[in-house]
Amino acid sequence: MSRVVAALRGFGAFWWDFIVGDDWRIAAGVVLALAATAALTTTSVPAWWLLPVAVTAVMGLSLWRATRTRD
Amino acid sequence: MSKNRLTAQADVPSKVTVRGTHRRPNGARIMRDVLLVLAVFAACVVESVEALTIVLAVGVTRGWKATMRGVTAGLVTLAVIVAALGPALTVIPISTLRLVVGGLLLVFGLGWLRKAILRASGFKELHDEAAIYARQRAAAEAAGRSGHGLLVDPYAFTLAFKGVLLEGLEVAFIVVTFGANQNNIGLASIGAVAAVVLVTAVGIAVRAPLARVPENTLKFVVGVLLTSFGTFWGVEGAGGSWPGSDAALLGVIGFVLAAALAAVWWLRQVHDRQYSPDRPGADSTEPVPAAGGRR
Repeated sequence: MSRVVAALRGFGAFWWDFIVGDDWRIAAGVVLALAATAALTTTSVPAWWLLPVAVTAVMGLSLWRATRTRD
Repeated sequence: MSKNRLTAQADVPSKVTVRGTHRRPNGARIMRDVLLVLAVFAACVVESVEALTIVLAVGVTRGWKATMRGVTAGLVTLAVIVAALGPALTVIPISTLRLVVGGLLLVFGLGWLRKAILRASGFKELHDEAAIYARQRAAAEAAGRSGHGLLVDPYAFTLAFKGVLLEGLEVAFIVVTFGANQNNIGLASIGAVAAVVLVTAVGIAVRAPLARVPENTLKFVVGVLLTSFGTFWGVEGAGGSWPGSDAALLGVIGFVLAAALAAVWWLRQVHDRQYSPDRPGADSTEPVPAAGGRR
């Protein structure tokens, strides 16, 4: 039984690492940004600009977190 | 449907195809096809170089019979994944496909770009094929030998199989998603196969890891392209439309490239400040921090 659980855990860990990668905040940010873009398309405001801005912000935040000093 | 979508669709002369996609003007379609091949080719060169390093290290130390069996099994598995997933994706409605694929490409692309920016700014060690080759060789020499029959050397087979499969999986996903999105898996496959053939031929010729391939630069370029395509398709999949239709892709690439270069410039300043010998309490023997995880 424990071998099955370990195999399932390993399988899940592989796909998590493959898709989500080093920083889960990037994946979460992308999902939120796509949802916000979809929501904006239902209004009269153009929606194309939101995703590039959100992607830049998500990347900037992830880089800042990765490089900040822990004093 | 929102006002801006109606306006944008009215402005772009296009014909609806069987999958509900819009047939674009020729120039824009050719540009997208060229960028598609370029992105897949560059991504595949990077992953092929990494797979070649593993295969060479295992083959040279453990023998080529089991290693080549592992390589073949890995390539066949990848081909099956592309052959099975490709047609399956083409039955998904194009807007759903673009939303999901755009999101996946954005996550992959930002991952590549994040790593490339951290490397270019000095926060992460540069990818060094020669050092990786030396480590793989030492591990392969230290491992014991067992096995018979088809699996003459299970260690060599498994390592070669895993190396090819894991390095190739991301490329297989890129081929399938790019190809399905542009209704041209064949073209994406040509880009991937060309890269594998080129890297294999050079690898056989020099019989050494391809340490001189500018892998870190290529990863930066691939990151920019994946992020740009992901952004472009993500907006279209979410129901938005780009001003200028397909031509906007060039603008997105320019924007992502400029943002990535600005990030490298900014982080180099931060790195210099953090590790300057003049800063209070500085230690000149301080190691570079390891930012980010895999590879």
